[in-house]
Amino acid sequence: MAFRQYTVGARMFGLALGSSMMITLFFPSIDIRNVTATESALDRQLQDGWDAGFNLTDPILKGWNKPVKVLMTKDPKTGAALPPGTYAYVYSAGTWFPSGIIHPVILGAGASDLTVQKGRVGEADNKAGAVFMVKHGMFEGQDYAYIEDVTATQGWMPEAVLSSAPEANVSHSGAGKTMFVREGCWWCHTLLPEETQDWQAFGVPPMLGDFNGASPTSFGSDRKAPDLLHVASRNSSREWMLMHFFNPRLVQPHSIMPRFDYLWGDKDASGKDIDFGKWRAEYDEYHEGKRDTPPDVPEPAKNSEIRELLDFMLSLK
Amino acid sequence: MFKYLFAKNEDIPTGSAAIYFGFSSIIWFVIGTGLGSFNAAKLGFPDFVTGSFVFAFGHMRQVHVMAVIFGWISMAFAMAMMYITPIIGNTKLWSEKLGLWNCFLWNVGLTLALTLMWTFGIESGREYSDFPWPIDLYIVFFILFPLALNVWMTIKNRRTQGIYTTNWFFAAATFMVAIVFLVGNSPEFFHLTGLTEAYLTWWFAHNVLGLWITPVAAAIAYYTIPKVTGNPLYSHRIGHLHFWSVVVFYSTPAAHHLMSAPLPEWLKSFASVEGVLILVPAIAFVSNILLTMQGKWHMFVENLEIKFTVTGVLMAIPLNMQGGFQQTRAINWYIHGTGWIVAHAHLALLGFSTFMEVAAVYLGMQTLMRRKLYSIALGNFHYWMLLIGFSTYWISMTIAGLIQGAGKIYEVPYIDVVVAEHPYMIARWIGGTMVFTGNIVWLYNMWMTARAGTVIPAGRQPHELAYER
Ligand code: HEC
Repeated sequence: MAFRQYTVGARMFGLALGSSMMITLFFPSIDIRNVTATESALDRQLQDGWDAGFNLTDPILKGWNKPVKVLMTKDPKTGAALPPGTYAYVYSAGTWFPSGIIHPVILGAGASDLTVQKGRVGEADNKAGAVFMVKHGMFEGQDYAYIEDVTATQGWMPEAVLSSAPEANVSHSGAGKTMFVREGCWWCHTLLPEETQDWQAFGVPPMLGDFNGASPTSFGSDRKAPDLLHVASRNSSREWMLMHFFNPRLVQPHSIMPRFDYLWGDKDASGKDIDFGKWRAEYDEYHEGKRDTPPDVPEPAKNSEIRELLDFMLSLK
Repeated sequence: MFKYLFAKNEDIPTGSAAIYFGFSSIIWFVIGTGLGSFNAAKLGFPDFVTGSFVFAFGHMRQVHVMAVIFGWISMAFAMAMMYITPIIGNTKLWSEKLGLWNCFLWNVGLTLALTLMWTFGIESGREYSDFPWPIDLYIVFFILFPLALNVWMTIKNRRTQGIYTTNWFFAAATFMVAIVFLVGNSPEFFHLTGLTEAYLTWWFAHNVLGLWITPVAAAIAYYTIPKVTGNPLYSHRIGHLHFWSVVVFYSTPAAHHLMSAPLPEWLKSFASVEGVLILVPAIAFVSNILLTMQGKWHMFVENLEIKFTVTGVLMAIPLNMQGGFQQTRAINWYIHGTGWIVAHAHLALLGFSTFMEVAAVYLGMQTLMRRKLYSIALGNFHYWMLLIGFSTYWISMTIAGLIQGAGKIYEVPYIDVVVAEHPYMIARWIGGTMVFTGNIVWLYNMWMTARAGTVIPAGRQPHELAYER
C-alpha cells in the first residue's frame, strides 16, 4: 500500500508547516532586517570581530582572530592630540571583519548608507588589516552612527595605531567575549536586563537595534546571578574583579560563582610559575581562621585568558 | 552489535537495532543524569571539584543537557521507532542493518561531540544549539536522516490499510526535526547575526522540544497504553486534533522565550497567543489517553509500564498549564529567567517525556529480547526514585524560582537571593542524585533481564506473564 491515500494529509501538513514558517521566520526577518544599528551595536560588533563562539578561525575557542580596541590619545600619523574617549578598533592583517563590514546592509537604513559612502568600508582589506572607528553623520536629515574605515580615510595603519598607544589603553575585549562564551558565564549570568523591571538594579534594557552584527548574542536564559550587560558601570574596579575571578569567596563569602583561577595560566605577570596548590592551601588556612589575611591574587600575565575576560567585563558599560 | 554491522540484512535478528538503541539510551541516561547531579552539586557547593578547566560548571552544564536530549531521550525515541513502527505496520523494520549503523554512528558522533565540548569548551554559545555546526550537520545526515528513512520506508512497506496515530507522529516528527535542525542552525551555517541569531536560537530550542520531543513522546503513549491495557484508543478523531494542532500551534510560539528581549512587539504578542493555544493539543492528548484507560485503572498500580506512562501523562497536565500561561506577559515578567523555568523544563523532559520513554524501553526490551523483566522490585524502585527525585527537584526549583522572581521585581540585592536559594540548590542536588541512582539500578535490571530474565513463550506478551522472581 503506497502513501497515496494520504496525499491530502501530506499536502495539508506541508501547508501547515509552511505557513507556520512563513509567520515565524519570514515575517520577523523582514522586520528585524529593517532595524538600524545603534552606536552600541556598532561598538559591540567592532569589538567582537567575526564571531565569539565556535568558528573555523577559532575552532577551540582560544580567542584567536580577534580585533583589539584601543583608547587613542594622539593621531598616529600627525601626532596631534585627539579628544578624550576616542576609540579605534584594530584589525591586524588577516583578522576577519565582522558582518557589518562585509555586508553593511545588515546595519539597516541610514547607518549602512553612511558606512558605505562616508565610512568607505568597501576599501577595507582583511589581508592588509584595517582600523575602524564609530562616527556620527547626517543622512537625509537624520543623525546616525556609522562605521568608518580610518585606514582608508586617514591612512591609519594597524601597526601604527598599536604602537602609538600604551599597553594599558589596549583592550582585548573581543577575545574576552570568546572566554565568556567558552567558560559558560551565560549559564548563570544574563546579558539582557529585562524590560519590565531591572532598570534600577541592572541598568537600561537594550533596544531593537543594539545587536546588529553580534554573534552569538549570548543573552542567557537562566539567571542565577546578576545581569552583566552594564556591570562595569556599577563596578569597574580591576582589583575587585581579579580577586572575584580568582576566588569569588574572597570578596563575596556567599557567592556560588565558580573559581576561574585556571584562566591565569601557568605564569604570572613577572613570568614566575603560579603555585596553585600553595595558594589553595593558604586560602584554606585563612578560611579556617588560621591566617589573618588571604594569600594575594597573582597579577595576571599580559597575554593570559583572564586579562581578556577582564577587558570584556570592563567593556560592559 | 559490531558483529552485525557487516552482516547481511537477512542474517540480523529482528529487533537488534532496537535493543542496541535501548541499551545505549539507558547508558546515556545514566551519564546524563550523573552529569546533572554533578552540576547541581557544584551549584550547591561551589568549591566542589574546583579550579579545573575540564570540570568547570560552564563546560559541564551543556554536556548534561545534550547528553539527556540527544543521548537519552532521542535514542529512546529511536528505540521506540525501531520496534513500534514495524509492529503497527504489521511488518518488519525496513533495514535492521541501517538501524544498527544508525545506532553506531549516533553513539560515536555524540561521544565525540560531548568530549570536545567538555574537554575544550568547544561550543557555539547558543543554548540548546550548543553544538558547533559541523556536528549539527553530522546529526542531520548521519543520525536523523537514516532514522527517518527507516521509519518512512517501514511505514511505506506496511501491511495494514491505514496508518495508526503513533506512526503519523513518528513519520512527521522525524521529518520536522531535520527541518528544525537545518533552519535553526542557519545562524551558524550562514553566519546570521544580531537579533536574528537570538531569535533563531530560541526558534530552534522551542521547536526541537515542540516538534520532536513532545509529539514523539505522546506517540509512544498512544502505543503503550492500548497495547498493554488491551483497550482500543478512545478516539482516533481526537488523535487527529492532537496531531494537527501540534503542527499548527506548537510550531509558532518560539518568540515567547524572549518575551523581555527587544523583539518586534507583534511577534511577541503573536507567540504569546499561540503559546496559550498549545493547550489544544495538550488537552486532546491527555484526555484521549486517560479515557483509553477506562476500566483498566487497576493497571496503574499493578503494571510497571502503565504506571510509568500514566504518570508521564498526568504530568503533562501541570506541564501544559505552566507552558500555556507562564509565557503570557502577565506572568512571564515575574518568572522569566528564574529557577521556575528550570523546573518547568525538567517537568517536560524528566517528568512528562522521560516517564513515557522509560515505559517504552521497558516494554520494548522485554518484547524484543523475549524475556520477562528480571526484577519487578527493582523496577518499582526505579519508578519511585525517578518520581520522588524528580518531584524534589521540581518543587525545590519552583520555590527557588518564585524567590528569584520576587527578588527580581523588588530589586533585592542579588546576593540575598543567592543566599535564600541555597537550601533549594541542595534539595535539587539530592533530587537529581536520586534520579541518577535509580537509573543505575535500571541499567543493572535491564542487563540482568537480558541474561537471566524468564523466557517469554512464543505468542505471549511480557505483561501477560506473572513475575517469577
Ligand atoms: C554558577 C554560576 C556562575 C557562573 C558560571 C559565573 N558566575 Fe559570576 N556570579 C555568580 C553569582 C551567584 C554572582 C553574585 C555573587 C558575587 O558577587 O559573587 C556572580 C557575580 C559576578 C560578577 C559581579 C556582578 C556584580 O553585579 O557585581 C561578575 C562581574 C561576574 N560574576 C562575572 C562572571 C564571569 C565573567 C563568568 C564566566 C567566566 C561568571 N561570572 C560565571 C554566579 C556565576
